[in-house]
Parts: sequence; structure tokens; C-alpha cells
Amino acid sequence: MRITYPHMGNLYIVVRALLVSLGLEVVLLPQTSRRTVELGVRYSPEFACFPFKLNLGNYLEAHEKGADTILMAGGVGPCRFGYYAQVQQQILSDLGVNMEMVVLEPPDVSFQEVKDKIRYLIGTLSWWQVIKAIRFAWCKARAIDEVEGRLLYLRPRVEDPLRLEKLYREALQEIDGAGDRRTVQGVVVDYQQKTGKLKKQQKKPLRIGLVGEIFTVLEPFANYEMEKRLGLLGVEVNRSIWLSAWINEHLFGGLLRVKYECAHDKELASPYLNSFVGGHGVETVGCTVGFARRDYDGVIQLAPLTCMPEIVAHSVFPALAKDYDIPLLTFYLDEHSGEAGIQTRLEAFLDLAAARSRKKEEQMSGSVFRN
Amino acid sequence: MIRIKKIGIPRALLYYYYYPLWYEFFTRLGCEVVLSPETNKAILDQGIKSTLSEVCLPVKVYFGHVAYLAGRVDYLFVPRITRVEAKEYICPKFMGIPDMLKARINKLPPLIDTTVDAGKEGNPVQCWVDCLRDAGNSLTTDRKLIEDALEAALEAQQFFWKRLNSGLMLPDAIKGIAIPEIPVNSANKPLRIGLIGHPYNVYDPFISMNLIKKLQQLGAVVVTPESLQADEIEKEAASLPKRMFWTLGKRMVGSAFRFFSSQKLDGVIYLTSFGCGPEALVEELVARTAKHQNIPLMMLTIDEHTGEAGINTRLEAFTEMIVWRLKYANHIPPYGESVHCR
Repeated sequence: MRITYPHMGNLYIVVRALLVSLGLEVVLLPQTSRRTVELGVRYSPEFACFPFKLNLGNYLEAHEKGADTILMAGGVGPCRFGYYAQVQQQILSDLGVNMEMVVLEPPDVSFQEVKDKIRYLIGTLSWWQVIKAIRFAWCKARAIDEVEGRLLYLRPRVEDPLRLEKLYREALQEIDGAGDRRTVQGVVVDYQQKTGKLKKQQKKPLRIGLVGEIFTVLEPFANYEMEKRLGLLGVEVNRSIWLSAWINEHLFGGLLRVKYECAHDKELASPYLNSFVGGHGVETVGCTVGFARRDYDGVIQLAPLTCMPEIVAHSVFPALAKDYDIPLLTFYLDEHSGEAGIQTRLEAFLDLAAARSRKKEEQMSGSVFRN
Repeated sequence: MIRIKKIGIPRALLYYYYYPLWYEFFTRLGCEVVLSPETNKAILDQGIKSTLSEVCLPVKVYFGHVAYLAGRVDYLFVPRITRVEAKEYICPKFMGIPDMLKARINKLPPLIDTTVDAGKEGNPVQCWVDCLRDAGNSLTTDRKLIEDALEAALEAQQFFWKRLNSGLMLPDAIKGIAIPEIPVNSANKPLRIGLIGHPYNVYDPFISMNLIKKLQQLGAVVVTPESLQADEIEKEAASLPKRMFWTLGKRMVGSAFRFFSSQKLDGVIYLTSFGCGPEALVEELVARTAKHQNIPLMMLTIDEHTGEAGINTRLEAFTEMIVWRLKYANHIPPYGESVHCR
């Protein structure tokens, strides 16, 4: 069995750690590229969302590399993701591409099925070895988030962001290659020391929150490297979704305590959005309120074109913007998005956000004078 | 004197599934039901103005109807619809619609936005009973009156479903008039065309640009999913590799497969609206099955920009090709292939 799985940001490092420790032969996909998009778009339904198309492109590229099994997640909900795998399988088989799909459906559908599928994958391995593999993968997920978090914080602050970027890439590679947990932790400490020595600038960056659908937030190729763009424009970015937090919440059922800024923001979605709407709709609204309350200078929403939960979230934004007076910008992304357009919109948005932040500061210092 | 409360019901989205239920219930409660007029240009424009450009056409139309009713009624009935069958969803937009309306339309009358949720074990009738009971409680304190109204409403809905199954077209079944003569302009045996699509698209003459009438004028008999029994649809949809967990998507797939397997139809038209989420995947499954089974299928995607001439041309071409196929016992390409490739 030569197994592969679709890309989502740095998730590949975590899943690879898991599968390799389970003794599986993993075919690592090439990074998502223009070619992936072209392959995916050619064979996908026209109105399917962007992640669907990228997934399909990933599979076809993996097939070229000799993969014969795909590991994919499923689900049951209003979001379309739950039916991805079945349609993708149909498309692949119509194309004459023989790949087996192992779809992990969430346990609330049927726990036995999940168990059977995992058993099918791991063969005769003991459950204790599975738990060890999961712990190792989890350690890598935490490490990645730490490294990324620091990158987002430092990017607007260092004098040479390209050097920082290089350190980040190296750290990722080392985490990917690390064979045990101690090495992983060593890489993180080393990265923190190296980046700490970089020369800093003395100006206060704007702070922007990134919210939206998980795939477009986490996959730099899908969001046209939004975080990097913002960072190079001198913005400190924080996002609503972190890989480890997401894994904890959805795969471990919130068993572990993972600290991150937006941990409890979901509850802030009401009164603007009073019902679960599938995908990350409620999180998007909740985290936007959270960012506004923590006095961020603006919030950017990312979503694939025609993504239903995000459209609902976007629809309630006017009420929210009225209450909190915070600049909001939404990007719907698909294979046609032009980079120049995105850059221009970002620059204009940041100009406005900066002007608003200056005005606010003046008002505040003014009021100090008067008192 | 007590003024009679006016309840506004937008003539859009699930109106086409449940209007008899709603109408009977609120009328029995002693309210006056105000139904918005049939969709027209002004309503659509109002809808487009008040919502995002990314939402699908039927939701835009819904916003238009709500905006029309806003100044004319005391309450608006806009239920939040999560699940109408156990473990099956509709669409995120139906779940968020009351919130979307509140955020985007000014000067709304009080909304009756009670939740319809069949949860994990509920059934299609009980979830509406719960929703309407909640709605009733916000209008009156007379428990007996509510229960009586519920009973009458369910009866009306059952009657409506029965009429649909007997072969009445949905608009006639809602109005309660007799079957009209189907105009057939050729002496030959008429074509039988299956028309799949959400009722709020198919039966809104403005959205669908009178698709049914157009087909009838082209000499075709139109068959819609509403003429099928629920268990027929259920049975066909069960052949999918994974349980279809969208109620409306299941209706589409199930009825398409039923149309394909019954062999009584000469062709099938699938009407979808641009940007409809679940449909993007569902229509792919349907189109691929049609291709495997060599059945003529045309996908029509509509939005607020659709030019009527384009639709006319495509309909004419589609029906003509089917006629050729029948006449020359030859091959007509199903969706996605050109005539000359076999």
C-alpha cells in the first residue's frame, strides 16, 4: 500500500509523522502548484469549491508518483466537505485512475467503522503503538504552530523578513525530518533563539485578524500567501484557526488544553449568528467579534467562492461592523483570483485601517489632555 | 376591538413545500396571512440590493419578498430551518436566514423565527409541529387554539401532498384548482421530459423564466419530482456509496435516478441556480450517472443575469435533438459529449 493524502498548509508534516510511525509507506505530494490547480480544475465540477479542486489535483499528482491509496476525511453536516470523497472517487474511477480511498468518517456516525478502517490501515500493529504514533504527530503539530506563531509575530518587526522566512522554512524541514520528540522540541528552541537574534525595527505594526474557512486560512497556496503579503506590508497577523487547536477540538474531542487567542471566541457569535451553520461559519463570526473586542485594527475573512457557511457569516457582518466599528474585508478565492487585484485591495484596506487607528489614538490622547 | 394580526409569508424558498401548512395554521389562530405577490423584477432588484452578491438567486429573491412585506405586516414568518428529517441538513443559508435578514434589512417587523430541527431522531412532521407550536405561543396564550390549529394545518399539508402525488403540478396543488389541459402542438406522441430542480426555482415563473410553460409549448409533457412518492426517492438515493445527508440534495438525486431507471422519459433537464452549494456536487453525480446510462440530460444554470433568448435556444435544441434521436433511432449525446464522438 502506497498511501497519500491531500495538502492543507503544513498538515502534511503531521500526517506523515503519524503514518510513518504506523509503518505505512507514504507518497509525499509535491507542493500544491499551478499545475495542481490546472489538473484539479479540468476534472472537477465547475461550481465545486476551491479545496475540492485542489484535492483532486493533489490526487492526480500523487497517482503520477505511484500512490495507490488516498487517506481522506469525511463528515456529515450542511457543509459540502462531507461528500467530497464520494464525488472525487467517482471522478477518479471515471478517469480510469485506480486509487483506493480510505475515508475516515467522524465517530458520531459509527465508531466501529472508524476502528475497522484504522485496523485495515495499520494491519497487525497494537493500539499502544497507534497511541504512540498519535502522540508523536501531536508533538509535531504543536511545534509547527509555535514556529508559525512566532513567524507571524516577528515578520512585521524584523528588518530582514526574508532571513526570517528562511529560518522558518529550515525549522519546518527539520521538524519534518525529526525522528523523535526530543529532536522536535530542540528544533523549536533553536529556532526561537535564532529568530530572537534578528535585528528589530522600532515601530508598532498594525494588527489584523484572519478568519474564515479552515482550508483557505491554512493553505498558503489557496489564499495567495495572505499572511506573507500582510506581514511584508508591516502587519502582525493572528488567525482564528490553528492546526493543533483544530486537531484537539475535532479529533481529540477537546481533551487537551491548548491555549490560543481565539479559544473561546465561538461563543461571541450570538447575537449576530444564533445557529450553527456548518463549516466554520460560527467561528468566523465569533472570532471577528473577538478580534474587534481585543482592539485589532481590522479583520480579513477568507473563503472559497460559493462557500455557504462563510456566505452566511459574511451576510451578518453589517450588524457586527455597526456595533464594533471595525474594518472588515472578505476575499472569495478560487482558481481565477488575480494576485494584483488581491494586493491592491489589501493595500487600500490597510491604508484605511491605519488611518482609523491613527484617528483613534489621537482621540485617546486628546481625551487624556482634556482631563 | 381587537385588530387582526397580519402575518407575512414570503412567496419563496420553502413556501413551495409547506405553504398549506403555514397558511392553515396562522389562519386558524385568527391571524391574517399576507402572501407576497409572485416574483417580479422589482422584488428581485430589491433582493439583489439588500443581500450579498455571492448568495444564490433563490435567496436573493427571498430577501426581495421579505423587503416587500416588511412595511405591510405585523409579523414575518421566517423559520430557521436546520433539519426537516433526522440527521439530514438542508443548507447553511436556511439555517442562518433570520440572522442574515436582521443584519441586512432595516425596519423589519418582529420576526417569528422559531427553529425547525428534527435532530437525530425526529421526523418530518414532528419538527414542524414543534416549530409551529413555538410560533403559536408567541402569538396567543390559548393552548387549545394552537393544538386545534396544528391539527388542521397538518391535515391541509397531508391533503397537499396527496394532491401532488396524484400528479397535479405544484402550483395547481397549492392553489387547489383542477388539472389544466396540457397544450400539445403536434399530432405526434408528445415528448416526456423530466424536470429536476428545487421547487423554489422550478415553480417560480420569474426565476425559471416560465420553463415549464416553455417546454409545454414545445410539445413536451413535463414530469417533476413532486409526482414521485417519497419512498421511491428514498430507495433510489440509497444506492449512493454514502448516505446523502442533505434533504433537498437527496430529493434531486433520488428523483433523477428514478427518472433514469423508469425509462419512461425521453430526456431530463436539471435546473440549478448559480452558487448553489450542495448542488455543485449532487449535479455532478447525476450528470455522471446519465452519461453512464446514455440518457439525454441538459444542465441549466440560472442566475439573475440569465438571458431568456439563450434559454429558449437551448430548450429548442435539446427537444429537437431528442426528437431526432427517437426518429432515427440513433444516438444523442448525454451531457458532456459532442454529437460526433461516437
